Parts: sequence; C-alpha cells; structure tokens
Amino acid sequence: MMTTATDERPAGPATYTREETGGDVWVLNLGPQHPATHTTLRHVLELDGERVLGCTVHIGYLHSGFEKLGEHLNYNQYVVVTDRMNYVSPMANNIAWHHACERLFGIEITARCKAIRTIIAELARVQDHLLALGAAGLDLGALTAFFYPFNAREEIYDIFEEICGARFTTSYTRVGGLMQDMPPGWPAKVKHFCTKTFPPAVSDFEKLLTRNRIFLERTRGIGYISHDDAINWGLTGPLARASGVRRDLRKDEPYLCYADNWDGKRSSGAAFKVPISRGGDVFARYLVRLAEMREAVKIIMQLVDDIPEGPVDILPNDKITLPRKNEIYFSIEGLIHHFEQIMTNRGHKPPIGEAYGANETANGELGFYLVSDGNNTAYRARCRPPSFINYQCFPHLVVGHQISDVVAVLGSLNIIAAELDR
Amino acid sequence: MPAEQPAAVAALAGQFPGIDFAPGPLNPEVPRLPQICVRVPAERLLEVMRFLHDHSRCRFQQLCDLTCVDYLNFPKARDRYGVTYSLLSVSLGHRLWAKCFVNDPDPVVPSVVSIWKGADWLEREVWDMFGVRFAGHPDLRRILTWEGFKAHPLRKDYPLRGRGEREDYEVITPESA
Repeated sequence: MMTTATDERPAGPATYTREETGGDVWVLNLGPQHPATHTTLRHVLELDGERVLGCTVHIGYLHSGFEKLGEHLNYNQYVVVTDRMNYVSPMANNIAWHHACERLFGIEITARCKAIRTIIAELARVQDHLLALGAAGLDLGALTAFFYPFNAREEIYDIFEEICGARFTTSYTRVGGLMQDMPPGWPAKVKHFCTKTFPPAVSDFEKLLTRNRIFLERTRGIGYISHDDAINWGLTGPLARASGVRRDLRKDEPYLCYADNWDGKRSSGAAFKVPISRGGDVFARYLVRLAEMREAVKIIMQLVDDIPEGPVDILPNDKITLPRKNEIYFSIEGLIHHFEQIMTNRGHKPPIGEAYGANETANGELGFYLVSDGNNTAYRARCRPPSFINYQCFPHLVVGHQISDVVAVLGSLNIIAAELDR
Repeated sequence: MPAEQPAAVAALAGQFPGIDFAPGPLNPEVPRLPQICVRVPAERLLEVMRFLHDHSRCRFQQLCDLTCVDYLNFPKARDRYGVTYSLLSVSLGHRLWAKCFVNDPDPVVPSVVSIWKGADWLEREVWDMFGVRFAGHPDLRRILTWEGFKAHPLRKDYPLRGRGEREDYEVITPESA
C-alpha cells in the first residue's frame, strides 16, 4: 500500500453554471486531429474564458468493426486483429484473447507456456506504462521525459522481436500455446533489460518529474475522481487503483503464474504488491503507473531464471494446437494436421457455450466475452475494452478545470483510440 | 440447478419468487468455470438490477460490461437479442452475468444508467451496433458510427462487407464546404 502526498480530497474545481457566465460561452473543438489527443478523438468544449463548463466527447473515428471480424475469423486468426487494438502493448492483447479462448475451450496450458506468457505480459505492462507516462509528461511540456522511457521501450521491442519476429504487431499466442518456443539466450536479454536498462531509465525519468514543481502544480488535484465514483463509472486498472479501489485481477482472479500451484508442482504464485493511491487525481495515476512498472519487473525477475522445461503447446496429438513448421514440411501427418486446422470448413470446434476471460492489462481489465455455436469461428467475440469504459467519465473529470488541464487529464487516462473504437 | 448456488443467486430468488431466473453456467460443457448467468425479464429488469446493486449479499457496485448477442439462427435459441450484463462486486469479489432477451420488431430494454453511470456509453454502443433501444437513457445517440448511418452492423443479418455505405459517402468539395 502506497500513499501519496495528496491524501486528503483536493478542494476540486470551482463549478458554476452557464447562467452565471452571462451567456458568453465559447465552443472549442479539441480534435479529432490534435497533437495532444495523440489519437483521433474529438472533444467539444464549452468555455468561459479558459474554464471548461461542459465537454461532449465524440468517438468512433477509428471504428473498424473488429467485433464483426471476430465472427468471421477463427480463434487463431483473430489474434492478428487483437494486435491492432491496444497497439502500445499488443502482447497483452494477444494473451488476453487466447486466455478467453482457452476458457471457452476448457483447456489448461502448460507450465512453460504460462511462465513465458507471464513474462511477456509484464513486459507489455512496462512497455505500455513507459509510453503512458512519457506521453503524459510530453503533453505538459516535459519533452525530455518522453525520450528517457523510449530508450527502454526500444529494448522491449527488441526482446519481442527476438521471441516472435515482429516488433510491433506480435501475434505471438495461439490457442493452447505459443507461435514458437522462446529462443535460447532469450531469458538473458530479459534479465539485461530488468537489471541494466530499466532501473536507471526509470529513476532518471522519476528525477525529472516526481518532484518537479511545474509537473506537480499541473497534476495535483486535477481530474479528481472518488473511490465510489470510480467503481460506479466502471473504471479499472491504474485509474481505479489511483482512486483507492483495491482491485487487481492478478490477485482477485489469479490466472497464469499469478495463481498458486500454476505449474502443478505446488509453486506459489508470483509475489508482488498492488500499488494503490488515494489521491484520485492525475498525479496519483502517475505514481501508481510508476510503482506498477517496478512491481512488473520484480515479477519478471522471479520467473525468468526458472522457466519450466517441457513443451509450450498442450497435447500435440490432440489436434487443438497448430503443428510446428518442421512437422508440416517434413512429415505427411503434420501436413494433414495443418490442413485440418486451417481449412475453413475444418478446424478445432469448441463446445456450444459462452465464456468470459479477462486479464489485468496496463489500462485495466481487458476481457473477451465469447459465444460459440459449435463452429470454428466465434459466434460473438465481444471485447471489453478498458479504454472505452475508462474514457466515458472524461467530462466528469474535466468540467470546472482550465483548458490546459484537459490535456493533462487526457494524458493520465492513456486512451488508445484503436481500442476505444475497435 | 447446481448444488453450490452462489449467495447472490439465492438472495435474488428469495426476493423475487415470481421470476424464473434459470441460473446456470455460461459454459455448461466446461464445469470448472464458475461463471453463473441468470435470465431477467425486461419488464422487471430495473428493480432486479437495483436489488443486485444494493443488497448486502450481492453488492454489484460495478457494471463490468454490457453487451448484446444476436441469437439469430443460433442452435436452440428462442429469442433474438440477448442483452448481457456482466456484473462485478468489488467488495465481495464475485461476478454474475444477467441476460435479458428481447425480440423484433421493437427491441427495448430499460436503461440502467440511473444505477451505474458507466452504462452510458455501453448502452449507446449496443443501440448503435444492434438497434436495441434503452428506455430512459439520457442521451441515446449512435456512438461508433455516424448520425446518418442506417443499419446496425453487428446484427447477424448485416453482411461483413457492409451494404455499400462506404461507396455512398457524400463527397465534400471545396465549393460545397
């Protein structure tokens, strides 16, 4: 449990009505193309001078029908689309998607797969928070604070490239396993990042911002949301925890290596703390994200030395997972197996039913609600997008503040429009 | 009905003896998943949801997700639209799914924005994508598609590649703008 300097509820913005302004209200469009929105969002702000009286949010500029596509692509193909949802941490989306699929299929993945998935999920969390914090500094004029974490992010991209061949659109997971096992020497690179690159990068970054007077003035008491409001608005992840909500799916509904006995040998789940702040403002969200990155690195360090041996895919003979490429090219059985998996009228068919699987990703609870009618594609592939649900309280957060604070609040929410609009 | 019925479902059945909630697992073929779903009739949805939000054995303070499934041609389905509420109790740490089935020609469900503010955009999304109306919603506009869009694209009878909406965009020239 971590507390911030802003433990008491901040005084909050002055609120007054449109009538009190004498009817002299400006309407300003912020977005859809504006450097501070980072992505395509549009806010219609009603302003009295610089004070925000009202805010209407328009979204949907990046709507591309991902959920409709999910009804036409099979469970392995759709992972490519999940890369494009939260493109700041695509690995986390891959893992969340196949976590939900495996719940629908009712299969349990191997210990080695769990360990690798946990490591890359935590790397993705670090990757996402580094960008979110850097961009939050950038929006407030701290350009250097944007570059420092980006050096560290580059190394995470290299680590992902080494394990799956792609830096950005990873598509690494498969139903019941992974695209491929990790290459030899990969854990050493992860360890290098965790011990050599990450600690100085993040402490440099922290020195720039955490005690910076300008940053503090711009973030403390801005965009406050209370504990009960945060729950009622559906906030999850760092935003909820910055308002004092004790909720983390890794602790409350443990999965992968966060659960006890994850490898079937009575190992205890990864030990970590859940950073919570009661500040509820932009600064509290910054502190929670910062602390979460350090906890993520601790989780990686617990696992990386001791990744269990064995296969990464479940039951190679059970025809659920895709066969390895050397089996496809050099054996007739592997080729037949491959064709049976990828042909549109074949493929592994889940039972008729519905399942919800959610992961704690960097932005909050990323869940998939799957409905299966017994075919090889999902009947309905609903994504519970944390950005979409976190963003709807935005007018509640900014009304009464100055127009420059709108940018600070937006940066603290870390909205990714591709996930927002899907 | 499973033997270990969750406390929330028992409380619900005790409070509303007249409603058949038909509690059952979401995924009946995977028994180790404790995901329980109840059916709620649309006309009593609001009072049931308020009870689930307030009662000491339920305490579903958060509407985790609200979505809809179009069960057109689904095996053994009797109703078309299943509006699905995914409820989460932060203090008690349990979940419950509630489904409310409605049908054409005028699928309408009472809005739960008065209970959970977070339902606002979720209900707008379901209206946009499925055309299920939410009675009592303060601002039921389309959210992901634009105002003039005619169809509801996540319905099962809407084709994957659309009905030519992209080709029929109004072209704005410098003279007309």
